[in-house]
Amino acid sequence: MTKTVNNRAWFFVLPVFAIVAFSAVLPLMTVVNYSVQDTFGNNQFFWNGIAWFQELLDPSSQLGEQFLSSLMRTLLFSFIILLIEVPLGIAVALAMPREGWTVALCLVLMALPLLIPWNVVGTIWQVFARGDIGLLGWIVNHLGIDYNYTGDPIDAWITIIVMDVWHWTSLVALLCYAGLKSIPDAYYQAARIDGASRWAVFRTIQLPKMRRVLLIAVLLRFMDSFMIYTEPFVLTGGGPGNATTFLSIDLVKLALGQFDLGKAAAMSLVYNLIILAICWVFYTVMTNVDAQRDRVEA
Amino acid sequence: MQPVALPAQTLRRKRLEESPVARITLDHLAHAYRSDPRRPEDYALKEVNHVWSQGGAYALLGPSGCGKTTLLNIISGLVRPTRGRVLFDEVDVTDLPTEARNIAQVFQFPVVYDTMTVRENLAFPLKNRRVAGETTARRVEEIARLLDLTRVLDRRASNLTADMKQKISLGRGLVRPDVAAILFDEPLTVIDPHLKWQLRSTLKEIHHALDITMIYVTHDQTEALTFADKVVVMHDGAVVQTGTPEELFERPAHTFVGHFIGSPGMNILPCRVEGTTAFVGSTTISLQRAYRTLSDSDRVELGIRPEFVRLQPKGAGLPVQVRRIDDIGRARIARVEMNGRPLAASVPDGIFIDGDEAALAIDPRHVHIYADGHLVPGEATGGHGA
Repeated sequence: MTKTVNNRAWFFVLPVFAIVAFSAVLPLMTVVNYSVQDTFGNNQFFWNGIAWFQELLDPSSQLGEQFLSSLMRTLLFSFIILLIEVPLGIAVALAMPREGWTVALCLVLMALPLLIPWNVVGTIWQVFARGDIGLLGWIVNHLGIDYNYTGDPIDAWITIIVMDVWHWTSLVALLCYAGLKSIPDAYYQAARIDGASRWAVFRTIQLPKMRRVLLIAVLLRFMDSFMIYTEPFVLTGGGPGNATTFLSIDLVKLALGQFDLGKAAAMSLVYNLIILAICWVFYTVMTNVDAQRDRVEA
Repeated sequence: MQPVALPAQTLRRKRLEESPVARITLDHLAHAYRSDPRRPEDYALKEVNHVWSQGGAYALLGPSGCGKTTLLNIISGLVRPTRGRVLFDEVDVTDLPTEARNIAQVFQFPVVYDTMTVRENLAFPLKNRRVAGETTARRVEEIARLLDLTRVLDRRASNLTADMKQKISLGRGLVRPDVAAILFDEPLTVIDPHLKWQLRSTLKEIHHALDITMIYVTHDQTEALTFADKVVVMHDGAVVQTGTPEELFERPAHTFVGHFIGSPGMNILPCRVEGTTAFVGSTTISLQRAYRTLSDSDRVELGIRPEFVRLQPKGAGLPVQVRRIDDIGRARIARVEMNGRPLAASVPDGIFIDGDEAALAIDPRHVHIYADGHLVPGEATGGHGA
């Protein structure tokens, strides 16, 4: 097959480049600018080289230690919610009805958490989980379990994880459901004739057919959870202490709380690169699994 | 083609020892997809009584939506019939799940398990039935040789062509020693035309090699007539005729069969019959049999295949106007009008018609009379009749 080379195509793409440059690249350059400068106020900036980056990536410095612990917290959080939401989403999708009026009902109910603004989600759970007036907190406390998300770091983590699972499992489930719906009936009928068990049907038909949507679900959930800000900020404000201070919360504290623009800029650039790198690794690994197996077996 | 004789012979010997089903009987079978069927129109499948004998090659032929697939799914157990029973030999299997029946099915769109190799695909039904690994491996090799899949046994099934995939789905049925019948649901739909006949002859070979009943659903008369020893023609949820391809051609039991089978189909003309004479408008056609039992209320029609109507220059025979002559390769077919009614007739070699005036010669042995669509046997004249 030959590819048609037509340089005129560039003219049609140019407007997009211009808009992206204006909306994304220019603001990003400001951040790059800040990351190599320092200021003593008065809007006067001077060259600082890569000092901020050096400090940030040096775990023995105060900034570096803070950054590393926030990063670890964020990674742990993403890992936990992926571990819960992906299997749970698959299970929910498998349990959903395939036809009848209940389908529409299920879809609407599942979509509800996705439609709620993020800060409202935080507020809902902040009240819901309170020990004095929140239904959940009150019940748990009256069951004899000592639960206080504002005071105990473990309780705070559990609350944030439960909130995220409540908020986002629907997304995974809906994506998986779409994948399941695309499997023709003949596959299930053939599997019955072949005497396949329920587990074998899942392993050999449903899971392989869901692989593509699962890749998308994992990517989306990873990016979103790695960048999570609003819900934990409203719920715990990063506390108690620094127990739930994720990277994004740390960054905002640094930039808008302490006005350490240089440090914050350096941090946000590194943050950005980490997300890009992890997503790239994810994507390459997961798309190459298929191709590699083919090559080995052919 | 391929050296199939050796594995086929060993398979046949084994199958005769192992296969338990000899005959599939459909007993007063009917099916409606709605839960409260009252009128006959509610039934997707109207009452059927039929016996499929062991080792036969059958085709279920009919247009889309005539109930073929419903009937097939009832036999395989994917659909439970509203009424009636399915018997394997004398055992009632109506309530048995599909995996407990000695039946395999090949679907319209090839079903392969994407993540598995061809070998694993073929072994899958045996693995699920906990057959010993050694037996499975031997069986898979035999079936792969039979289907010419040995080359690709260790390839992933998802990257193969549609005809290969269809062979794999067939192989998953053949690999089971307990399978006595294989059902095909329009299996050649997604196969490239030039591979269709090849796959069809593979099917015929396997049918000859193994003692397996094959039931083949299709809406393509060529597929049905070339594949099957016996063709079951369905129309509107009912079986209208069962017979060999010759029977369907020579003596269609219903005007639908006459029309559906043959290209072009049978000429059907409304007529009036008195004794051994049929009146089509102002034209009279003499018949070989006597029809005295026709009631006036029935819709009476005369059917004659274009193959038995010859076009000839005007003079002798029934006068007609020629509209056009189609060359369909092996023959020429004339589209004519007789008293304003369209008809198809064959044009013998060497006959050329000037202008549009011509005549028809009808072979009276192949004229059939239908009342309300059904063939009327009539009485033989001469020796027996008056």
